[in-house]
Amino acid sequence: MIRLDHIHFRYDDFTADFNFEIARGEFVAVIGPSGSGKSTLLSIIAGFDSIQSGRIILDGKDMTEASPSTRPLTMVFQDNNTFAHLDLWTNVALGISPALKLDAAERQSVDDALERTGLKALARRKPGEVSGGERQRIAIARALLRDEPILLLDEPFAALGPALRREMLDLVKELQREKSYTVMLVSHHPDDASYAATRTAFLSNGRILAFEPTQQLLKRRDLPELEDYIG
Amino acid sequence: MTTASKGAMLAAGPPLAAILLAVVVGLAPVAAIGIGEGLITGHIVDTYVLRILWFTLLQASLSTLISLTLAIPVALAFARVDFPGRSLLLRLFALPLALPAIVVILGIVTVYGRTGWLSTLIGSPLNVYGLTGILLAHVFFNLPLATRLLLQQLDGIQPESWRLAAQLDFTQMARFRLIEWPQMRVSLPGVASLIFLLCAASFAVVLTLGGGPSATTLEVGIYQALRFDYDPARATVLALLQLVLCGLFVLLAGQYAHAVQNWPSLKRAQQRYETRSAGASLALALIIILAGAFVGIPILAIVLSGVLAQFNWPALSSATLTSFLIALPASALSLALAWPLAQASARAPSRHWRSLLNLSALLTLIVPPAVLATGWFIAASRAGLAFSAAPFLVIAMNALMALPFALGTLAPSVQQAMAQHDRLCASLGISGLQRLILIDLPVLRRPLGLSAAMAFVLSLGDLTAITLFGSQNLVTLPALIYAQMGSYRIDAAAGSALILALFSMAIITLLDKWGARA
Repeated sequence: MIRLDHIHFRYDDFTADFNFEIARGEFVAVIGPSGSGKSTLLSIIAGFDSIQSGRIILDGKDMTEASPSTRPLTMVFQDNNTFAHLDLWTNVALGISPALKLDAAERQSVDDALERTGLKALARRKPGEVSGGERQRIAIARALLRDEPILLLDEPFAALGPALRREMLDLVKELQREKSYTVMLVSHHPDDASYAATRTAFLSNGRILAFEPTQQLLKRRDLPELEDYIG
Repeated sequence: MTTASKGAMLAAGPPLAAILLAVVVGLAPVAAIGIGEGLITGHIVDTYVLRILWFTLLQASLSTLISLTLAIPVALAFARVDFPGRSLLLRLFALPLALPAIVVILGIVTVYGRTGWLSTLIGSPLNVYGLTGILLAHVFFNLPLATRLLLQQLDGIQPESWRLAAQLDFTQMARFRLIEWPQMRVSLPGVASLIFLLCAASFAVVLTLGGGPSATTLEVGIYQALRFDYDPARATVLALLQLVLCGLFVLLAGQYAHAVQNWPSLKRAQQRYETRSAGASLALALIIILAGAFVGIPILAIVLSGVLAQFNWPALSSATLTSFLIALPASALSLALAWPLAQASARAPSRHWRSLLNLSALLTLIVPPAVLATGWFIAASRAGLAFSAAPFLVIAMNALMALPFALGTLAPSVQQAMAQHDRLCASLGISGLQRLILIDLPVLRRPLGLSAAMAFVLSLGDLTAITLFGSQNLVTLPALIYAQMGSYRIDAAAGSALILALFSMAIITLLDKWGARA
């Protein structure tokens, strides 16, 4: 689960305030115009941006002061999810051991994660030698391997075409059901939200204006900001 | 401030402290003696000092004016005409500043000197010493530099502008007035400031071509006051003046500084959709041929006279060894300073921190080498170490002088690598030594090599530090060439110059190859 307790964030003249809770195993989407603070929200949860006040509870534990690598989560970025000079296998293996010291069981689990995400045949390729969709699968494979209860996705499929995007969402949804991950997906596309998320948050100017079941939110006509965004 | 930027700022502490220490040790005696004794002894209004200041300003202004005035038509010609060999010629234009100054000066003397090619051709000896020689050499260095910088600016013209010009049937004059000149004008103050700075702080040219006290600049005056007259008070007054002068112009031109050592990006001339009259084409061709000959002939002279020269192998091999023993640690030190600074600058928590960090690297341009050397020399003399510390002072000075260029080469790559990897490393818990070995070294291998090679080639060609601290027991290749020129053994000097030029070119070619792939 994720609970943001009266978070206040400020950087230059941008401010954001968050106060909500997401239950374990929920698939939540975050939509909103660019500059509304969607990525900032994920960065705060992941520990890349530090907050001025409030508390961050992840999986029942106070993680407000914790460093990014000790938080019980995996974040998938829009790009730069891989190290270009390391092959796919190594890129995924970094998910369990930054020193790359793996025992036989761990090696097996790296292979399994690659198999599961359809990358097994490409294991010895470098990220530059595979397609954009396959590169993002590396990050998913790594998340699977890390097996942290929270998965944060920051527009990871933005550069992919509609069919490929849907395929990737299916993969994430499958993992989420199976492992009961808590997933937060930031997306530019309301379609993604309605395809995958049970609940959706609509962000504008650093504030959550609505946070409710996706279909209900997308039908609302009483929020001028939402009207402007969806058009 | 995030943890990453805190760590980076912390790691930048030691190099910043080292630079600061170097500058304080350099400036404290200068300030103390200069302001104290300088005011009391009246050196500060000394006519000698005033004459040197006047000459420094005069030669730098004239050099800037001539270089820029000539560079404008040359840059325009290169921008307008695409011809076979254009990129080769532009590479040639990078040579005067890439080759060690003393080598280039020897080339100029070979062509324009009293017994040089031109004197032989016209049958009467030319005088290349004094103001004329200094101006000639400065134009030789800076005309190609200004051409490259202006051409880079002209390359920035949007292709649509030329389509529009063709559609509206612009005349050549209109193209110049409405498209080329406005684009070029923006960079003129910066380019002028940079050239002025380079000429005001120029050491090798004035040392070799300046004719006695009537043609001496502040930078060389400091050296003479220290090494010949042993007059620290006068040296410090000159150093203070130089500090003010250079400080002023670095603030204006600092952003262009790294361009000095950069190779030109070899873009083809833009498609301009224009037809030119025969006269205009001829004029453009003539400009390019003249500029090519002006830059090419002295370079050719280095090669030709070098091949025909005498080689004094014992002196040459010992000087080569000394040069490498100085340039290697100097480039290592330069890299050790540049890397943490580049990382800190990439992760700086705010713009102000970033400018502060960049300024620290430019500090060695603001505080000219001769000024630093004055302080170091006085401090070392007081400690009784003037001679035993000399090699280390040369190494440290070379490292500091190469720092702006090493940092300029490294910083963009480091910034890009940080932007790509910082978050991923933080989320996977890759840090410290692990990150260095697994991520940073493999990713930055090439830019680090480039940066070190840049510092190495600069140190290899340095004449300033070695002249200030050198002695008979400490002779590098440039110092050897200078000594051979000074005792009119031009043949021997030509041989040494060829060796130094070959070493430099080998490294520059390597740099070029790596740079293209980095």
